[in-house]
Amino acid sequence: VAFPALATPVEDTLVIESDDGPVEIVTQTTAPAHLQGALETIYSGWLFRNDETRDLERDDFDNPGMVFVDRGRDTWNAEIGAKGESCASCHGGPESLKGLRAVLPRVDEKTGALMTMENYIDTCLTERMGLESWGWTSTNMSDMLALISMQSRGMPVNVAIDGAAAPYWEQGKEIYYTRFGQLEMACANCHEQYYGHMIRADHLSQGQINGFPVYRLKDSALLSAQKRFVGCVRDTRAETFKPNSPEFKALELYVASRGNGLSVEGVSVRH
Amino acid sequence: MTRQLALAVAVALAAASPAMSETSPNDVQFDGGAVAQSLTGVPGDPTAGVKVMTTRALGNCVACHLVSALPDVPFPGDIGPALDGAASRYSEAQLRGIITNSKHTFEGSFMPAFYKTEGYIRPGDAYTGKGAAEPLPPILSAQQIEDVLAYVMTLTDE
Ligand code: HEC
Ligand code: HEC
Ligand code: HEC
Repeated sequence: VAFPALATPVEDTLVIESDDGPVEIVTQTTAPAHLQGALETIYSGWLFRNDETRDLERDDFDNPGMVFVDRGRDTWNAEIGAKGESCASCHGGPESLKGLRAVLPRVDEKTGALMTMENYIDTCLTERMGLESWGWTSTNMSDMLALISMQSRGMPVNVAIDGAAAPYWEQGKEIYYTRFGQLEMACANCHEQYYGHMIRADHLSQGQINGFPVYRLKDSALLSAQKRFVGCVRDTRAETFKPNSPEFKALELYVASRGNGLSVEGVSVRH
Repeated sequence: MTRQLALAVAVALAAASPAMSETSPNDVQFDGGAVAQSLTGVPGDPTAGVKVMTTRALGNCVACHLVSALPDVPFPGDIGPALDGAASRYSEAQLRGIITNSKHTFEGSFMPAFYKTEGYIRPGDAYTGKGAAEPLPPILSAQQIEDVLAYVMTLTDE
């Protein structure tokens, strides 16, 4: 099938003003080798949003997502564990996790399990702190995702797709190209074949997840990648998968790898 | 008044006895993508057709197609070609086929099949995200297909 490559991201560059000075964000770069034949250039979803929305991400002072980062820091330092532990008492400052967001999901070397950021956080909560799981959609969880993601802001996404990750990557790829639901639409139809086009009022991006977690103006809330996947699958009149299902974990790995080379945006802003 | 009454009777009849002269989704005869025979035997109503084409939970054709004759529709999409002049490019039978299940005309098309009930992967209960057992109700009823067709037939190149 020859896909019409009518792509219309805006021409713009992103340098974020932060307390620690300007942070340059790569929002457009050559597609990773595994996308050869499918995409030549990869674009952050930021380039598909309107001027006002893009501007909100240029300065941390204007970014509504920063509130969640601050809240995440409070939780990080709180002595909430069964024996009074905090995340800080074992890990030190959150900057000790610098770089982690850029390489997840990954297969954990010690356990051999496919791990998202949520999986790591959940393991510490339930196995090391004696706490109940926060679940995948709680405010505690999204605050912590925001805080940890910020530590890798500006670093290139660099998710491994070979070795132990390969079977998960293949599974995720298969899902990405499967036409689900009564509308028979795959992720690839909207985000590879028709990105740049308008589907009613929505300007289709490449559906990249380098910006996650995302502050979504429409919901006034933070959204994780897998929560976004739920919405997109639901819109095909299909039965969705659940966050933390094996299918969505594999899909997150695959979609993340399509963004290898784009910058982690920390907490991005979308409408 | 009498025309409205006749329409009301026709609608009531169609609702009361849907199976009478309706072709069910599995029995539609495609001939190279075209469907010659009306799915209902009841002439389509173009006004009802516009409603179907612009309602999200129904045809939602404007999500992907511009129709210049409908300037009040905000934000039409540009995924598919504009439907302007479609009736000059295709016969009525071809258009009925495209609206019924475009995949017989355009292989692998992104355009959904509107009159189909099974053969889906993870079929859901409309937009709820919950699963549903096949056969699903088709996205559009046979008469809604004929109504949309009646409107699209007015889109000629003059
Ligand atoms: C009792 C000690 C302890 C506490 C408390 C704790 N962690 Fe951990 N955490 C660990 C250990 C040990 C690891 C595994 C390190 C490894 O495998 O190399 C880990 C790993 C992680 C990782 C993966 C890091 C990596 O580089 O692979 C994340 C993310 C994480 N923890 C987040 C948290 C958060 C958030 C909290 C608080 C809600 C927390 N941890 C509380 C001990 C702790
Ligand atoms: C029917 C069309 C459609 C399908 C199919 C679809 N999406 Fe989306 N998706 C959208 C729209 C519309 C948006 C919002 C605008 C945008 O960013 O593209 C969106 C947004 C996204 C975003 C957010 C991007 C950002 O920067 O904020 C991600 C990630 C995403 N989709 C992933 C997926 C995945 C993975 C699948 C398959 C499981 C999928 N989508 C299937 C229409 C679709
Ligand atoms: C999700 C997108 C989508 C929706 C919704 C959609 N279409 Fe289409 N349609 C397409 C695409 C894409 C094509 C071009 C054929 C192809 O390449 O697959 C097309 C082609 C057509 C054509 C042929 C046009 C030409 O000039 O060749 C007609 C007629 C048509 N559609 C009518 C409709 C009607 C009527 C509806 C609603 C009942 C509808 N479409 C809904 C995507 C869509």
